[in-house]
Amino acid sequence: MIKYILRRILLLIPILLGVTVIVFGIMFLTPGDAAILMLGENAPQAELEALRERLGLNEPAHVQYGMWLVRVVQLDFGRSTRSGRPVTGEIVARLPATVELALLATLLSIAIGVPLGVLSATRPNTAVDHTATVLAFGGLAMPVFWQGLIMILLFALVLDWLPPSGKLGGWQYYVLPTITLGTSAIAAITRMTRATMLETLSQDYVRTARSKGVRQRSITYRHALRNAMIPIVTVIGLQFGALLSGAVITETIFSWPGIGRLAIDAIRSKDFPVVQGVVMTFALMYAVVNLVTDVLYAYLDPRLKTRYS
Amino acid sequence: MATTTKVIPQRRRSWFALMRSSPRTAIGAVVLSIIVLAAVFAEAISPYPPNQQNLRNRLQPPSAEHLLGTDHFGRDVLSRIIYGGRVSLQVGFIAVGIALAVGGLMGLLAAFYGRWVDSTVSFFVDVLLALPGFLLALAIVAALGPSLTNVMIAVGIANVPQFARITRSAVLQVIEMDFVTAAHAAGSRDQRIMFKHVVPNSLSPVIVQVTLSLAGAILAAAGLSFLGLGAQPPTAEWGSMLNSARPFIRDAHWAVTFPGLAIVVTVLALNMVGDGLRDALDPRRRD
Repeated sequence: MIKYILRRILLLIPILLGVTVIVFGIMFLTPGDAAILMLGENAPQAELEALRERLGLNEPAHVQYGMWLVRVVQLDFGRSTRSGRPVTGEIVARLPATVELALLATLLSIAIGVPLGVLSATRPNTAVDHTATVLAFGGLAMPVFWQGLIMILLFALVLDWLPPSGKLGGWQYYVLPTITLGTSAIAAITRMTRATMLETLSQDYVRTARSKGVRQRSITYRHALRNAMIPIVTVIGLQFGALLSGAVITETIFSWPGIGRLAIDAIRSKDFPVVQGVVMTFALMYAVVNLVTDVLYAYLDPRLKTRYS
Repeated sequence: MATTTKVIPQRRRSWFALMRSSPRTAIGAVVLSIIVLAAVFAEAISPYPPNQQNLRNRLQPPSAEHLLGTDHFGRDVLSRIIYGGRVSLQVGFIAVGIALAVGGLMGLLAAFYGRWVDSTVSFFVDVLLALPGFLLALAIVAALGPSLTNVMIAVGIANVPQFARITRSAVLQVIEMDFVTAAHAAGSRDQRIMFKHVVPNSLSPVIVQVTLSLAGAILAAAGLSFLGLGAQPPTAEWGSMLNSARPFIRDAHWAVTFPGLAIVVTVLALNMVGDGLRDALDPRRRD
Protein backbone atom coordinates (compact mmCIF):
# COMPACT_ATOMS: atom_id res chain seq x y z
CA MET A 1 0.00 0.00 0.00
CA ILE A 2 2.79 2.42 0.97
CA LYS A 3 4.59 1.38 -2.19
CA TYR A 4 1.50 2.19 -4.24
CA ILE A 5 1.13 5.63 -2.67
CA LEU A 6 4.81 6.43 -3.15
CA ARG A 7 4.56 5.41 -6.78
CA ARG A 8 1.62 7.74 -7.29
CA ILE A 9 3.51 10.62 -5.66
CA LEU A 10 6.54 10.02 -7.87
CA LEU A 11 4.34 10.06 -10.97
CA LEU A 12 2.96 13.43 -9.86
CA ILE A 13 6.32 15.20 -9.99
CA PRO A 14 6.76 15.37 -13.78
CA ILE A 15 3.11 16.41 -14.19
CA LEU A 16 3.47 19.26 -11.71
CA LEU A 17 6.70 20.31 -13.41
CA GLY A 18 4.73 20.41 -16.64
CA VAL A 19 2.17 22.66 -14.96
CA THR A 20 4.92 25.03 -13.84
CA VAL A 21 6.06 25.32 -17.47
CA ILE A 22 2.50 26.19 -18.53
CA VAL A 23 1.97 28.68 -15.71
CA PHE A 24 5.31 30.34 -16.34
CA GLY A 25 4.81 30.22 -20.11
CA ILE A 26 1.37 31.79 -19.99
CA MET A 27 2.56 34.72 -17.95
CA PHE A 28 5.82 34.99 -19.87
CA LEU A 29 3.96 35.33 -23.16
CA THR A 30 1.65 37.98 -21.77
CA PRO A 31 1.83 41.15 -23.78
CA GLY A 32 3.18 44.05 -21.74
CA ASP A 33 6.26 44.72 -19.69
CA ALA A 34 6.25 43.64 -16.05
CA ALA A 35 8.51 46.56 -15.11
CA ILE A 36 6.14 49.10 -16.65
CA LEU A 37 3.22 47.36 -14.95
CA MET A 38 4.92 47.75 -11.58
CA LEU A 39 6.30 51.27 -11.88
CA GLY A 40 3.78 52.83 -14.23
CA GLU A 41 4.08 54.15 -17.78
CA ASN A 42 5.81 57.37 -16.80
CA ALA A 43 8.63 55.88 -14.77
CA PRO A 44 12.11 57.06 -15.81
CA GLN A 45 13.94 54.78 -18.25
CA ALA A 46 16.86 54.20 -15.86
CA GLU A 47 14.58 53.03 -13.05
CA LEU A 48 12.73 50.66 -15.40
CA GLU A 49 16.02 49.23 -16.59
CA ALA A 50 17.25 48.74 -13.02
CA LEU A 51 14.06 46.90 -12.09
CA ARG A 52 14.27 44.69 -15.20
CA GLU A 53 17.82 43.82 -14.25
CA ARG A 54 16.80 43.08 -10.65
CA LEU A 55 13.86 40.86 -11.73
CA GLY A 56 15.98 39.09 -14.31
CA LEU A 57 13.73 40.22 -17.14
CA ASN A 58 16.71 40.69 -19.45
CA GLU A 59 17.73 37.03 -19.21
CA PRO A 60 16.67 34.49 -21.86
CA ALA A 61 13.38 32.61 -21.25
CA HIS A 62 14.85 29.34 -20.00
CA VAL A 63 17.10 31.14 -17.51
CA GLN A 64 14.13 33.12 -16.24
CA TYR A 65 12.10 29.93 -15.91
CA GLY A 66 14.93 28.25 -14.03
CA MET A 67 15.27 31.14 -11.60
CA TRP A 68 11.51 31.24 -11.13
CA LEU A 69 11.26 27.48 -10.61
CA VAL A 70 13.99 27.44 -7.98
CA ARG A 71 11.98 29.98 -5.99
CA VAL A 72 8.62 28.26 -6.61
CA VAL A 73 9.94 24.95 -5.30
CA GLN A 74 10.71 26.83 -2.09
CA LEU A 75 7.10 28.12 -2.20
CA ASP A 76 8.25 31.62 -3.06
CA PHE A 77 6.15 33.21 -5.77
CA GLY A 78 7.65 36.65 -5.36
CA ARG A 79 5.78 39.74 -4.28
CA SER A 80 2.39 40.95 -5.34
CA THR A 81 2.82 43.85 -7.77
CA ARG A 82 -0.27 45.45 -6.24
CA SER A 83 0.21 45.17 -2.49
CA GLY A 84 3.96 44.55 -2.45
CA ARG A 85 3.47 41.73 0.07
CA PRO A 86 4.82 38.19 -0.49
CA VAL A 87 2.39 36.18 -2.62
CA THR A 88 2.76 33.06 -0.50
CA GLY A 89 1.64 34.95 2.60
CA GLU A 90 -1.46 36.27 0.84
CA ILE A 91 -2.37 32.79 -0.38
CA VAL A 92 -1.81 31.16 3.01
CA ALA A 93 -4.00 33.79 4.66
CA ARG A 94 -6.87 33.13 2.28
CA LEU A 95 -6.52 29.41 1.65
CA PRO A 96 -8.52 28.24 4.71
CA ALA A 97 -11.66 30.04 3.54
CA THR A 98 -11.52 28.28 0.16
CA VAL A 99 -10.76 24.87 1.65
CA GLU A 100 -13.61 25.29 4.13
CA LEU A 101 -16.05 26.13 1.37
CA ALA A 102 -14.85 23.35 -0.97
CA LEU A 103 -14.98 20.72 1.79
CA LEU A 104 -18.46 21.76 2.91
CA ALA A 105 -19.70 21.68 -0.69
CA THR A 106 -18.13 18.24 -1.22
CA LEU A 107 -19.71 16.88 1.95
CA LEU A 108 -23.06 18.34 0.94
CA SER A 109 -22.86 16.85 -2.54
CA ILE A 110 -21.98 13.39 -1.19
CA ALA A 111 -24.63 13.57 1.52
CA ILE A 112 -27.35 14.38 -1.01
CA GLY A 113 -26.03 12.87 -4.26
CA VAL A 114 -25.28 9.32 -3.11
CA PRO A 115 -28.59 8.63 -1.29
CA LEU A 116 -30.56 10.28 -4.08
CA GLY A 117 -28.80 8.16 -6.70
CA VAL A 118 -29.38 4.98 -4.68
CA LEU A 119 -33.03 5.88 -4.22
CA SER A 120 -33.33 6.46 -7.96
CA ALA A 121 -31.63 3.20 -8.91
CA THR A 122 -33.62 1.03 -6.51
CA ARG A 123 -36.88 2.45 -7.82
CA PRO A 124 -36.19 2.88 -11.54
CA ASN A 125 -38.81 4.63 -13.65
CA THR A 126 -40.91 5.72 -10.70
CA ALA A 127 -41.89 9.26 -9.77
CA VAL A 128 -38.91 9.40 -7.37
CA ASP A 129 -36.51 8.38 -10.13
CA HIS A 130 -37.93 10.83 -12.65
CA THR A 131 -37.85 13.71 -10.16
CA ALA A 132 -34.23 12.95 -9.26
CA THR A 133 -33.28 12.79 -12.94
CA VAL A 134 -34.94 16.10 -13.74
CA LEU A 135 -33.25 17.74 -10.73
CA ALA A 136 -29.89 16.30 -11.74
CA PHE A 137 -30.18 17.52 -15.33
CA GLY A 138 -31.22 20.94 -14.07
CA GLY A 139 -28.32 21.06 -11.62
CA LEU A 140 -25.82 20.21 -14.34
CA ALA A 141 -27.13 22.95 -16.63
CA MET A 142 -27.21 25.63 -13.94
CA PRO A 143 -24.40 28.17 -14.23
CA VAL A 144 -22.83 28.79 -10.81
CA PHE A 145 -22.91 32.56 -11.30
CA TRP A 146 -26.59 32.68 -12.14
CA GLN A 147 -27.61 30.32 -9.36
CA GLY A 148 -25.64 32.40 -6.87
CA LEU A 149 -27.40 35.59 -7.93
CA ILE A 150 -30.84 33.98 -7.82
CA MET A 151 -30.15 32.55 -4.35
CA ILE A 152 -29.07 35.99 -3.12
CA LEU A 153 -32.19 37.54 -4.64
CA LEU A 154 -34.51 34.95 -3.12
CA PHE A 155 -33.07 34.14 0.30
CA ALA A 156 -31.31 37.38 1.15
CA LEU A 157 -33.12 40.21 -0.60
CA VAL A 158 -36.73 38.98 -0.84
CA LEU A 159 -37.09 36.61 2.12
CA ASP A 160 -34.33 38.18 4.22
CA TRP A 161 -33.42 34.85 5.83
CA LEU A 162 -29.69 34.85 5.16
CA PRO A 163 -26.93 37.40 4.62
CA PRO A 164 -26.32 38.16 0.90
CA SER A 165 -22.53 37.98 1.07
CA GLY A 166 -19.40 38.15 3.18
CA LYS A 167 -17.95 35.88 5.83
CA LEU A 168 -18.32 37.57 9.17
CA GLY A 169 -18.64 34.40 11.23
CA GLY A 170 -21.81 32.47 12.00
CA TRP A 171 -23.19 29.56 10.04
CA GLN A 172 -25.62 31.81 8.16
CA TYR A 173 -22.79 33.06 5.96
CA TYR A 174 -21.94 29.54 4.83
CA VAL A 175 -25.38 28.40 3.67
CA LEU A 176 -25.79 30.14 0.31
CA PRO A 177 -22.18 29.78 -0.95
CA THR A 178 -22.08 26.08 0.02
CA ILE A 179 -25.35 25.26 -1.75
CA THR A 180 -24.39 27.33 -4.80
CA LEU A 181 -21.00 25.66 -5.08
CA GLY A 182 -22.29 22.15 -4.34
CA THR A 183 -25.24 22.02 -6.75
CA SER A 184 -23.51 20.78 -9.90
CA ALA A 185 -21.55 18.23 -7.86
CA ILE A 186 -24.80 16.98 -6.28
CA ALA A 187 -26.20 16.52 -9.78
CA ALA A 188 -23.13 14.75 -11.15
CA ILE A 189 -22.86 12.41 -8.16
CA THR A 190 -26.57 11.59 -8.31
CA ARG A 191 -26.31 10.65 -12.00
CA MET A 192 -23.20 8.54 -11.53
CA THR A 193 -24.56 6.77 -8.44
CA ARG A 194 -27.78 5.93 -10.24
CA ALA A 195 -25.99 4.58 -13.32
CA THR A 196 -23.47 2.40 -11.49
CA MET A 197 -26.03 1.18 -8.95
CA LEU A 198 -28.30 0.07 -11.78
CA GLU A 199 -25.38 -1.85 -13.22
CA THR A 200 -24.28 -3.55 -10.00
CA LEU A 201 -27.87 -4.36 -9.02
CA SER A 202 -28.18 -6.47 -12.16
CA GLN A 203 -25.04 -8.51 -11.37
CA ASP A 204 -25.16 -12.21 -10.61
CA TYR A 205 -23.87 -11.84 -7.08
CA VAL A 206 -26.77 -9.55 -6.26
CA ARG A 207 -29.20 -12.14 -7.61
CA THR A 208 -27.44 -14.79 -5.55
CA ALA A 209 -27.70 -12.68 -2.43
CA ARG A 210 -31.36 -12.09 -3.11
CA SER A 211 -32.08 -15.76 -3.74
CA LYS A 212 -30.49 -16.82 -0.48
CA GLY A 213 -32.77 -14.43 1.33
CA VAL A 214 -30.55 -11.47 2.18
CA ARG A 215 -32.61 -8.46 3.15
CA GLN A 216 -33.05 -5.78 0.49
CA ARG A 217 -31.41 -3.11 2.66
CA SER A 218 -28.34 -5.24 3.05
CA ILE A 219 -28.25 -6.04 -0.68
CA THR A 220 -28.48 -2.39 -1.59
CA TYR A 221 -25.87 -1.08 0.79
CA ARG A 222 -23.47 -3.98 1.42
CA HIS A 223 -23.48 -5.80 -1.90
CA ALA A 224 -24.35 -3.22 -4.53
CA LEU A 225 -23.28 0.18 -3.19
CA ARG A 226 -19.91 -1.03 -1.97
CA ASN A 227 -19.11 -2.28 -5.46
CA ALA A 228 -20.54 0.80 -7.10
CA MET A 229 -18.33 3.05 -4.97
CA ILE A 230 -15.30 3.01 -7.29
CA PRO A 231 -16.83 5.00 -10.16
CA ILE A 232 -18.64 7.15 -7.62
CA VAL A 233 -15.35 8.00 -5.91
CA THR A 234 -13.90 8.85 -9.34
CA VAL A 235 -16.70 11.30 -9.95
CA ILE A 236 -16.28 12.83 -6.50
CA GLY A 237 -12.59 13.36 -7.26
CA LEU A 238 -13.34 14.89 -10.65
CA GLN A 239 -16.05 17.02 -9.15
CA PHE A 240 -13.53 18.47 -6.75
CA GLY A 241 -11.82 19.98 -9.77
CA ALA A 242 -15.11 21.45 -10.89
CA LEU A 243 -15.59 22.72 -7.34
CA LEU A 244 -12.28 24.57 -7.43
CA SER A 245 -13.39 26.20 -10.69
CA GLY A 246 -16.77 26.99 -9.19
CA ALA A 247 -15.10 28.41 -6.09
CA VAL A 248 -13.56 31.17 -8.18
CA ILE A 249 -17.00 32.35 -9.28
CA THR A 250 -18.81 31.59 -6.02
CA GLU A 251 -16.25 33.52 -4.00
CA THR A 252 -16.55 36.46 -6.36
CA ILE A 253 -20.35 36.57 -6.08
CA PHE A 254 -20.50 36.14 -2.32
CA SER A 255 -17.44 38.28 -1.51
CA TRP A 256 -15.91 35.22 0.11
CA PRO A 257 -12.33 35.93 1.23
CA GLY A 258 -10.72 32.89 -0.43
CA ILE A 259 -8.02 32.39 -3.04
CA GLY A 260 -10.56 32.24 -5.89
CA ARG A 261 -11.55 35.83 -5.28
CA LEU A 262 -7.89 36.69 -4.81
CA ALA A 263 -7.22 35.25 -8.29
CA ILE A 264 -9.96 37.30 -9.93
CA ASP A 265 -8.84 40.50 -8.21
CA ALA A 266 -5.27 39.75 -9.29
CA ILE A 267 -6.29 39.09 -12.90
CA ARG A 268 -8.21 42.37 -13.00
CA SER A 269 -5.23 44.33 -11.75
CA LYS A 270 -2.68 42.35 -13.79
CA ASP A 271 -0.97 41.18 -10.62
CA PHE A 272 0.72 38.21 -12.30
CA PRO A 273 2.80 36.81 -9.42
CA VAL A 274 -0.44 36.35 -7.46
CA VAL A 275 -2.17 34.75 -10.46
CA GLN A 276 0.73 32.33 -10.86
CA GLY A 277 0.72 31.52 -7.17
CA VAL A 278 -3.00 30.85 -7.02
CA VAL A 279 -3.01 28.73 -10.19
CA MET A 280 -0.16 26.60 -8.81
CA THR A 281 -2.00 26.28 -5.50
CA PHE A 282 -5.12 25.07 -7.30
CA ALA A 283 -3.06 22.56 -9.30
CA LEU A 284 -1.46 21.29 -6.10
CA MET A 285 -4.82 20.94 -4.32
CA TYR A 286 -6.27 19.11 -7.30
CA ALA A 287 -3.25 16.80 -7.40
CA VAL A 288 -3.60 15.98 -3.71
CA VAL A 289 -7.30 15.22 -4.12
CA ASN A 290 -6.59 12.98 -7.10
CA LEU A 291 -3.96 11.21 -5.05
CA VAL A 292 -6.44 10.65 -2.21
CA THR A 293 -8.94 9.35 -4.77
CA ASP A 294 -6.40 6.88 -6.11
CA VAL A 295 -5.56 5.67 -2.62
CA LEU A 296 -9.26 5.27 -1.87
CA TYR A 297 -9.54 3.13 -4.99
CA ALA A 298 -6.92 0.79 -3.68
CA TYR A 299 -8.80 0.61 -0.40
CA LEU A 300 -12.13 -0.05 -2.15
CA ASP A 301 -10.77 -2.41 -4.78
CA PRO A 302 -8.69 -5.17 -3.19
CA ARG A 303 -7.47 -6.24 -6.64
CA LEU A 304 -5.43 -3.04 -6.90
CA LYS A 305 -4.04 -3.48 -3.40
CA THR A 306 -2.73 -6.98 -4.03
CA ARG A 307 -1.01 -5.91 -7.23
CA TYR A 308 1.29 -3.58 -5.33
CA SER A 309 1.81 -5.45 -2.07
CA MET B 1 -7.06 -12.87 -29.45
CA ALA B 2 -8.13 -11.81 -32.91
CA THR B 3 -10.17 -14.95 -33.41
CA THR B 4 -12.24 -14.42 -30.28
CA THR B 5 -13.10 -10.79 -31.01
CA LYS B 6 -16.85 -10.56 -30.97
CA VAL B 7 -18.19 -8.45 -33.78
CA ILE B 8 -20.96 -6.25 -32.54
CA PRO B 9 -23.49 -5.68 -35.29
CA GLN B 10 -23.55 -1.94 -35.92
CA ARG B 11 -27.15 -1.18 -36.51
CA ARG B 12 -27.33 2.32 -37.85
CA ARG B 13 -30.43 3.81 -36.36
CA SER B 14 -32.12 6.61 -38.16
CA TRP B 15 -32.35 10.02 -36.55
CA PHE B 16 -36.13 9.65 -36.49
CA ALA B 17 -36.03 6.31 -34.70
CA LEU B 18 -33.72 7.77 -32.09
CA MET B 19 -36.11 10.64 -31.47
CA ARG B 20 -39.08 8.32 -31.12
CA SER B 21 -37.37 5.94 -28.74
CA SER B 22 -36.12 8.70 -26.48
CA PRO B 23 -38.50 11.57 -25.80
CA ARG B 24 -35.84 13.33 -23.77
CA THR B 25 -33.53 13.50 -26.78
CA ALA B 26 -36.42 14.67 -28.95
CA ILE B 27 -37.31 17.51 -26.59
CA GLY B 28 -33.66 18.53 -26.41
CA ALA B 29 -33.33 18.52 -30.19
CA VAL B 30 -36.49 20.60 -30.70
CA VAL B 31 -35.45 23.18 -28.10
CA LEU B 32 -31.97 23.33 -29.56
CA SER B 33 -33.34 23.86 -33.08
CA ILE B 34 -35.45 26.76 -31.83
CA ILE B 35 -32.42 28.35 -30.18
CA VAL B 36 -30.29 27.93 -33.30
CA LEU B 37 -33.03 29.32 -35.55
CA ALA B 38 -33.56 32.29 -33.22
CA ALA B 39 -29.83 33.01 -33.29
CA VAL B 40 -29.63 32.77 -37.09
CA PHE B 41 -32.68 34.94 -37.70
CA ALA B 42 -32.01 37.34 -34.82
CA GLU B 43 -32.48 40.42 -37.02
CA ALA B 44 -35.90 39.24 -38.18
CA ILE B 45 -37.42 38.12 -34.90
CA SER B 46 -36.03 40.34 -32.17
CA PRO B 47 -38.44 43.17 -31.43
CA TYR B 48 -35.72 45.83 -30.94
CA PRO B 49 -32.07 46.31 -31.92
CA PRO B 50 -29.98 44.79 -29.11
CA ASN B 51 -28.14 47.98 -28.23
CA GLN B 52 -30.95 50.49 -28.65
CA GLN B 53 -31.02 52.53 -25.46
CA ASN B 54 -34.00 54.32 -24.06
CA LEU B 55 -33.07 55.97 -20.80
CA ARG B 56 -36.65 56.97 -20.02
CA ASN B 57 -37.56 53.29 -20.13
CA ARG B 58 -34.93 52.03 -17.68
CA LEU B 59 -35.53 48.87 -15.63
CA GLN B 60 -39.12 48.39 -16.79
CA PRO B 61 -40.77 45.12 -15.72
CA PRO B 62 -41.99 42.71 -18.40
CA SER B 63 -44.90 44.17 -20.35
CA ALA B 64 -46.59 43.88 -23.74
CA GLU B 65 -44.02 46.20 -25.28
CA HIS B 66 -41.00 44.57 -23.63
CA LEU B 67 -41.90 40.94 -23.05
CA LEU B 68 -38.95 40.32 -20.72
CA GLY B 69 -38.57 43.89 -19.46
CA THR B 70 -35.72 46.35 -19.98
CA ASP B 71 -32.27 46.72 -18.42
CA HIS B 72 -30.53 49.68 -16.79
CA PHE B 73 -30.01 51.37 -20.16
CA GLY B 74 -33.60 50.77 -21.21
CA ARG B 75 -32.49 48.08 -23.65
CA ASP B 76 -34.96 45.30 -24.45
CA VAL B 77 -33.91 42.15 -22.53
CA LEU B 78 -35.59 39.74 -24.96
CA SER B 79 -33.80 41.21 -27.98
CA ARG B 80 -30.48 41.07 -26.17
CA ILE B 81 -31.06 37.44 -25.20
CA ILE B 82 -31.79 36.52 -28.83
CA TYR B 83 -28.62 38.24 -30.04
CA GLY B 84 -26.72 36.82 -27.08
CA GLY B 85 -27.63 33.32 -28.25
CA ARG B 86 -25.78 34.06 -31.46
CA VAL B 87 -22.63 34.96 -29.51
CA SER B 88 -22.85 31.99 -27.16
CA LEU B 89 -23.40 29.44 -29.93
CA GLN B 90 -20.60 30.94 -31.99
CA VAL B 91 -18.18 30.90 -29.07
CA GLY B 92 -19.20 27.34 -28.22
CA PHE B 93 -18.75 26.05 -31.78
CA ILE B 94 -15.41 27.75 -32.36
CA ALA B 95 -14.01 26.69 -28.98
CA VAL B 96 -15.09 23.09 -29.52
CA GLY B 97 -13.81 23.27 -33.09
CA ILE B 98 -10.36 24.24 -31.80
CA ALA B 99 -10.47 21.46 -29.21
CA LEU B 100 -11.63 18.93 -31.79
CA ALA B 101 -8.98 19.86 -34.33
CA VAL B 102 -6.06 19.96 -31.91
CA GLY B 103 -7.17 17.23 -29.49
CA GLY B 104 -8.51 14.97 -32.21
CA LEU B 105 -5.28 15.13 -34.18
CA MET B 106 -3.22 14.51 -31.04
CA GLY B 107 -5.33 11.49 -30.11
CA LEU B 108 -5.24 10.12 -33.64
CA LEU B 109 -1.46 10.39 -33.94
CA ALA B 110 -0.93 8.99 -30.43
CA ALA B 111 -3.04 5.91 -31.07
CA PHE B 112 -1.85 5.36 -34.63
CA TYR B 113 1.88 5.64 -34.06
CA GLY B 114 2.05 4.56 -30.40
CA ARG B 115 5.49 4.45 -28.75
CA TRP B 116 7.08 7.84 -28.12
CA VAL B 117 4.32 9.77 -29.91
CA ASP B 118 1.79 8.20 -27.58
CA SER B 119 3.80 8.85 -24.43
CA THR B 120 4.47 12.46 -25.43
CA VAL B 121 0.82 13.15 -26.16
CA SER B 122 -0.31 11.38 -23.00
CA PHE B 123 2.09 13.39 -20.89
CA PHE B 124 0.92 16.63 -22.45
CA VAL B 125 -2.71 15.65 -21.85
CA ASP B 126 -1.98 14.72 -18.22
CA VAL B 127 -0.33 18.09 -17.67
CA LEU B 128 -3.33 19.94 -19.11
CA LEU B 129 -5.65 17.81 -16.98
CA ALA B 130 -3.69 18.72 -13.85
CA LEU B 131 -5.67 21.94 -13.83
CA PRO B 132 -9.47 21.85 -13.80
CA GLY B 133 -10.67 23.02 -17.24
CA PHE B 134 -12.24 26.30 -16.23
CA LEU B 135 -9.17 27.33 -14.22
CA LEU B 136 -6.91 26.58 -17.18
CA ALA B 137 -9.14 28.71 -19.41
CA LEU B 138 -9.13 31.43 -16.75
CA ALA B 139 -5.33 31.45 -16.59
CA ILE B 140 -5.05 31.62 -20.37
CA VAL B 141 -7.52 34.50 -20.64
CA ALA B 142 -5.71 36.24 -17.80
CA ALA B 143 -2.54 36.12 -19.86
CA LEU B 144 -4.01 36.94 -23.28
CA GLY B 145 -6.25 39.70 -21.99
CA PRO B 146 -10.03 39.98 -21.81
CA SER B 147 -11.85 39.52 -25.13
CA LEU B 148 -14.29 37.16 -26.75
CA THR B 149 -11.67 35.83 -29.18
CA ASN B 150 -9.33 35.00 -26.33
CA VAL B 151 -12.17 33.24 -24.52
CA MET B 152 -12.70 31.00 -27.55
CA ILE B 153 -8.99 30.15 -27.65
CA ALA B 154 -8.81 29.56 -23.91
CA VAL B 155 -11.93 27.41 -23.68
CA GLY B 156 -10.77 25.56 -26.80
CA ILE B 157 -7.39 24.71 -25.27
CA ALA B 158 -9.03 23.73 -21.99
CA ASN B 159 -11.12 21.17 -23.91
CA VAL B 160 -8.20 19.68 -25.85
CA PRO B 161 -7.43 16.88 -23.32
CA GLN B 162 -10.94 15.40 -23.47
CA PHE B 163 -10.83 15.15 -27.25
CA ALA B 164 -7.31 13.78 -27.28
CA ARG B 165 -8.29 11.05 -24.81
CA ILE B 166 -11.54 10.09 -26.48
CA THR B 167 -10.09 10.05 -29.99
CA ARG B 168 -7.10 8.05 -28.78
CA SER B 169 -9.22 5.33 -27.21
CA ALA B 170 -11.64 5.23 -30.15
CA VAL B 171 -8.78 4.95 -32.65
CA LEU B 172 -7.03 2.29 -30.57
CA GLN B 173 -10.12 0.12 -30.92
CA VAL B 174 -10.45 0.70 -34.65
CA ILE B 175 -6.82 0.02 -35.60
CA GLU B 176 -7.17 -3.48 -34.12
CA MET B 177 -9.81 -4.29 -36.74
CA ASP B 178 -9.06 -6.56 -39.67
CA PHE B 179 -9.80 -4.00 -42.36
CA VAL B 180 -7.02 -1.77 -41.07
CA THR B 181 -4.58 -4.66 -41.12
CA ALA B 182 -5.79 -5.41 -44.62
CA ALA B 183 -5.19 -1.83 -45.70
CA HIS B 184 -1.68 -1.96 -44.26
CA ALA B 185 -1.06 -5.24 -46.06
CA ALA B 186 -2.37 -3.80 -49.32
CA GLY B 187 0.32 -1.13 -49.03
CA SER B 188 -1.83 1.92 -48.33
CA ARG B 189 0.03 4.92 -47.04
CA ASP B 190 -0.40 5.88 -43.36
CA GLN B 191 -2.24 9.08 -44.19
CA ARG B 192 -4.74 7.28 -46.37
CA ILE B 193 -5.38 4.60 -43.77
CA MET B 194 -5.84 7.23 -41.08
CA PHE B 195 -8.29 9.44 -42.89
CA LYS B 196 -10.05 6.89 -45.13
CA HIS B 197 -10.38 3.97 -42.75
CA VAL B 198 -9.66 4.90 -39.15
CA VAL B 199 -11.22 8.34 -38.74
CA PRO B 200 -14.66 7.56 -40.20
CA ASN B 201 -14.94 4.51 -37.96
CA SER B 202 -13.91 6.33 -34.78
CA LEU B 203 -16.40 9.16 -35.03
CA SER B 204 -19.27 8.03 -32.78
CA PRO B 205 -17.75 8.76 -29.36
CA VAL B 206 -16.23 11.96 -30.72
CA ILE B 207 -19.61 13.23 -31.89
CA VAL B 208 -21.08 12.61 -28.46
CA GLN B 209 -18.19 14.47 -26.90
CA VAL B 210 -18.74 17.41 -29.26
CA THR B 211 -22.34 17.80 -28.06
CA LEU B 212 -21.44 17.53 -24.39
CA SER B 213 -18.40 19.79 -24.76
CA LEU B 214 -20.54 22.42 -26.49
CA ALA B 215 -22.65 22.62 -23.34
CA GLY B 216 -19.55 22.92 -21.17
CA ALA B 217 -17.92 25.46 -23.48
CA ILE B 218 -21.00 27.69 -23.47
CA LEU B 219 -21.12 27.54 -19.67
CA ALA B 220 -17.41 28.30 -19.35
CA ALA B 221 -17.51 31.15 -21.86
CA ALA B 222 -20.52 32.72 -20.16
CA GLY B 223 -18.72 32.33 -16.83
CA LEU B 224 -15.63 34.12 -18.12
CA SER B 225 -17.78 36.90 -19.58
CA PHE B 226 -19.59 37.14 -16.26
CA LEU B 227 -16.22 37.71 -14.60
CA GLY B 228 -15.60 40.52 -17.09
CA LEU B 229 -12.94 38.57 -19.00
CA GLY B 230 -14.92 37.76 -22.13
CA ALA B 231 -17.44 39.75 -24.12
CA GLN B 232 -17.10 43.46 -23.37
CA PRO B 233 -20.01 45.90 -23.11
CA PRO B 234 -22.11 46.74 -24.97
CA THR B 235 -21.99 43.30 -26.68
CA ALA B 236 -25.16 41.36 -25.91
CA GLU B 237 -23.78 38.18 -24.35
CA TRP B 238 -25.58 36.17 -21.67
CA GLY B 239 -22.76 36.12 -19.12
CA SER B 240 -21.90 39.80 -19.46
CA MET B 241 -25.62 40.72 -19.40
CA LEU B 242 -25.84 39.02 -16.01
CA ASN B 243 -22.76 40.82 -14.80
CA SER B 244 -23.93 44.28 -15.84
CA ALA B 245 -27.49 43.80 -14.55
CA ARG B 246 -26.25 42.44 -11.23
CA PRO B 247 -26.19 45.75 -9.31
CA PHE B 248 -29.87 46.27 -10.12
CA ILE B 249 -31.02 42.81 -9.10
CA ARG B 250 -33.15 44.05 -6.21
CA ASP B 251 -35.26 46.36 -8.38
CA ALA B 252 -35.09 44.63 -11.74
CA HIS B 253 -34.55 40.92 -11.30
CA TRP B 254 -35.73 40.16 -14.85
CA ALA B 255 -32.53 41.51 -16.38
CA VAL B 256 -30.68 38.82 -14.38
CA THR B 257 -33.28 36.06 -14.34
CA PHE B 258 -33.96 35.70 -18.05
CA PRO B 259 -30.43 35.71 -19.52
CA GLY B 260 -29.55 33.06 -16.92
CA LEU B 261 -32.58 30.99 -17.91
CA ALA B 262 -31.44 31.21 -21.52
CA ILE B 263 -28.10 29.64 -20.52
CA VAL B 264 -29.83 26.92 -18.47
CA VAL B 265 -32.21 26.00 -21.29
CA THR B 266 -29.46 25.91 -23.94
CA VAL B 267 -27.09 23.82 -21.83
CA LEU B 268 -29.92 21.53 -20.75
CA ALA B 269 -30.97 20.94 -24.38
CA LEU B 270 -27.38 20.19 -25.42
CA ASN B 271 -26.94 17.78 -22.52
CA MET B 272 -30.19 15.98 -23.33
CA VAL B 273 -29.21 15.56 -26.98
CA GLY B 274 -25.68 14.47 -26.01
CA ASP B 275 -26.98 11.90 -23.53
CA GLY B 276 -29.44 10.56 -26.08
CA LEU B 277 -26.73 10.26 -28.74
CA ARG B 278 -24.44 8.48 -26.32
CA ASP B 279 -27.10 5.95 -25.41
CA ALA B 280 -27.90 5.39 -29.07
CA LEU B 281 -24.30 5.08 -30.28
CA ASP B 282 -22.89 3.06 -27.39
CA PRO B 283 -24.02 -0.54 -27.78
CA ARG B 284 -23.35 -1.26 -24.10
CA ARG B 285 -25.76 1.42 -22.99
CA ARG B 286 -28.54 0.26 -25.25
CA ASP B 287 -31.35 -1.30 -23.26
